Amino acid sequence: MNALRVSGRFGVGMMGLLLASVLFGEVQAADGSASLLATMWKWAPLIGQGFLLNILISVVAMTLGTVAGLGLGLGQMSPIWPLRHAAQIVTQFFRNAPWLVLLFYCILLLPYEMRLGGLVVAMPAWIKATVGLALPVMGNVSEIVRGGVQALPPAQWDSAEALAFNRRQTLWMVILPQAIKPMLPPWMNLYAVLIMATPLVSVVGVEEAMTLTRFALSAENRSELLLPMYLALLIAFFAYCYPIARWTARLERRFAVKL
Amino acid sequence: MNGVWEWFAWLNQAHGINLPVFYDSYDRQRFFAGLLTTLELSALSVVASVVIGLIGAWLLGTSSIIARRLVHGYVHAFRNTPPLIQLSFLYFAVGNLLPRLEGVGGSSRPLLDGFAWAVITLSLFGGSFNVEIFRSGIEAVPASTIEAAESLGFGRWRLYRHVVLPLALRICLPALSNNLVNLVKTSTLAYAIGVPELLYVSAQVWSDTMNVREMMNLLLVAYVGIVGVLSFGLRRLETALRVPGLGTVGGRI
Amino acid sequence: MLDTIAERPAPAAVASARPAAAPAVMLANVRKSFGSTRVLNGVTLSVKRGDVTCVIGPSGSGKSTLLRCINALTPVDAGTVVVEGIAVHDPALDKLALRRRVGMVFQQYNLFPHKTALENVMMAPIHVLQEDREEVEARAVALLTKIRLLDKAHCYPGALSGGQQQRVAIARSLAMRPTIMLFDEVTAALDPVMVKEVLSTIRDLAEEGITCILVTHEMGFAREVADQVCFTDHGIVVEEGPPEMIFTQPEDPRTRDFLGHVTF
Repeated sequence: MNALRVSGRFGVGMMGLLLASVLFGEVQAADGSASLLATMWKWAPLIGQGFLLNILISVVAMTLGTVAGLGLGLGQMSPIWPLRHAAQIVTQFFRNAPWLVLLFYCILLLPYEMRLGGLVVAMPAWIKATVGLALPVMGNVSEIVRGGVQALPPAQWDSAEALAFNRRQTLWMVILPQAIKPMLPPWMNLYAVLIMATPLVSVVGVEEAMTLTRFALSAENRSELLLPMYLALLIAFFAYCYPIARWTARLERRFAVKL
Repeated sequence: MNGVWEWFAWLNQAHGINLPVFYDSYDRQRFFAGLLTTLELSALSVVASVVIGLIGAWLLGTSSIIARRLVHGYVHAFRNTPPLIQLSFLYFAVGNLLPRLEGVGGSSRPLLDGFAWAVITLSLFGGSFNVEIFRSGIEAVPASTIEAAESLGFGRWRLYRHVVLPLALRICLPALSNNLVNLVKTSTLAYAIGVPELLYVSAQVWSDTMNVREMMNLLLVAYVGIVGVLSFGLRRLETALRVPGLGTVGGRI
Repeated sequence: MLDTIAERPAPAAVASARPAAAPAVMLANVRKSFGSTRVLNGVTLSVKRGDVTCVIGPSGSGKSTLLRCINALTPVDAGTVVVEGIAVHDPALDKLALRRRVGMVFQQYNLFPHKTALENVMMAPIHVLQEDREEVEARAVALLTKIRLLDKAHCYPGALSGGQQQRVAIARSLAMRPTIMLFDEVTAALDPVMVKEVLSTIRDLAEEGITCILVTHEMGFAREVADQVCFTDHGIVVEEGPPEMIFTQPEDPRTRDFLGHVTF
């Protein structure tokens, strides 16, 4: 309830800021030019579609990154040491490289089409960008998996072994089911980081919300539009990310109490 | 040194691995200037974000409701919006509202250049996380330890200076390290507003020389190196400050 | 010990009639509630200078709160608390002046984990009293010698045993040169060997004439060392007097009942 009230107050504050910036712009605008609000309204559907692409990219990148990261994370705990070390190096590499650089890497170095058997799959820019975002997600998920598993008391491994479970059974039937809950908040945090990284793909020309906003701004070529348009874009992201952040914080508290 | 540069020229001729940033003096100059810019950008933002974090955490501990609300507003706004859009918003929209400086010959230039805006944005972005990190560190200092200090006559300021902050710093150092490393990685965003940092100059080099693959790999190695040095330094600090019997929260495992 | 049992006023007279020398600590009608829970229900108690007073009673009877009211860690709701002539109940209390005179030791030691044993002892005199570092260090070394922990001077608290930590905590309080020491169940978290170490340190203090007030479950110690024993229950002082009287012929049935469950 409290969270609802706080975010309500936040929403009112943000909208107030937006309106103030629009009014400020209207005052500045030359006589006879179209009203700012009408102009923004005109572009809203297009930019809204762009925002949907941001969400689509984030969901696909999160899915790819999570699946790959789970494998990599389990690799980090493998009893086979070359595999374990390789997984650790790969994890650290993708965790420490800047997202934007990995993005460029994929955009510029992945081929335009991929051949899977006899099938030719086209690789449009947004797919390559999604792969580029999935890579750092993978590195971070790998670390979350390792942290979650290692946070469990070692006695869990011992007791499973005493019950004659083999390593794989122990991992899938005893360890992972318990480790998933504490892994959830950092995983959701990672998603929030990812959605806030999606505007990066504008740098490589994918037509998401940020690209389209810049496009609209240059098409209109009115400096008084800058403030309200960027503010509106910030608010759109805030409206999407803030509830996720609150939910994550609540889960974190709940799991913390149980420990 | 010349021998090293020549080796890279040979590498290009013999194996086609083209890294002009090592054998061509012009490319070398701009590449290392970019590296220096990245280092400056990172260092300034790291320091400023820590200062912002400390001030914010201190304000959260005061009795003023207005100060607390403002800090909360700032933290939530900067934590929940994309840093790239923050940068564009501040550089293009807010920067556009600031007065311009008159230059020589009637030309004018903006009051703050792209580098300054990048430092401001990165500091505010990183600082919003640091506020929360410091606050949770301070909250994790046991009430009983604070009571013991109060019983010894410590006043509020001395209590913070000698007991609460030294303990809070040790408690939150792992989380702080993580955030500072992230901030250095985020400094690549300055590319988007044309600040000639490492990524920007590398892009210039690869579009001139068409050696995307080599430059990309060099760039990754450079960043992993910078981040590695910073993490190493912070880990050393952690070890140096470690005392027996004092745990950490949110630490690395 | 500075005075003898014969000189002590009768228990009933303590609260009303003030003896010629003002008591070190005087509580009158002190009340304290936490939310709807009444913890102190009108406590009246007087402690003579140089005396050792042991506060005993069942858990939850308000013993610790009583102690914390004396050095203003817990502000009182009503009543008067006067310590060495300082009105502790006064909202305009100068806490520093009070805490220079009153030292406190806690059940969980509460040493500063980021400082060595020696630094723990030196911190308050240097930063709070702003005394000369060399002078403080000499005093701290002397205190650590007295508690027989000089060899652990450069150890961090995490590397010391519970009993050692507790003795460092006592030395840390003594470094402020207090005239009154408060001990809040300081042996409750220790094993029997360590209890002995800590109690013998406290016994030494008592012999030096420092006014000591202990909340304790160590009945043997109370009987042997205390000048005055004070039994609390449900937020009031039920009965007080010299240990022989409280332990051998308690007047109140509640005291008798409590002592009947205690093993010495």
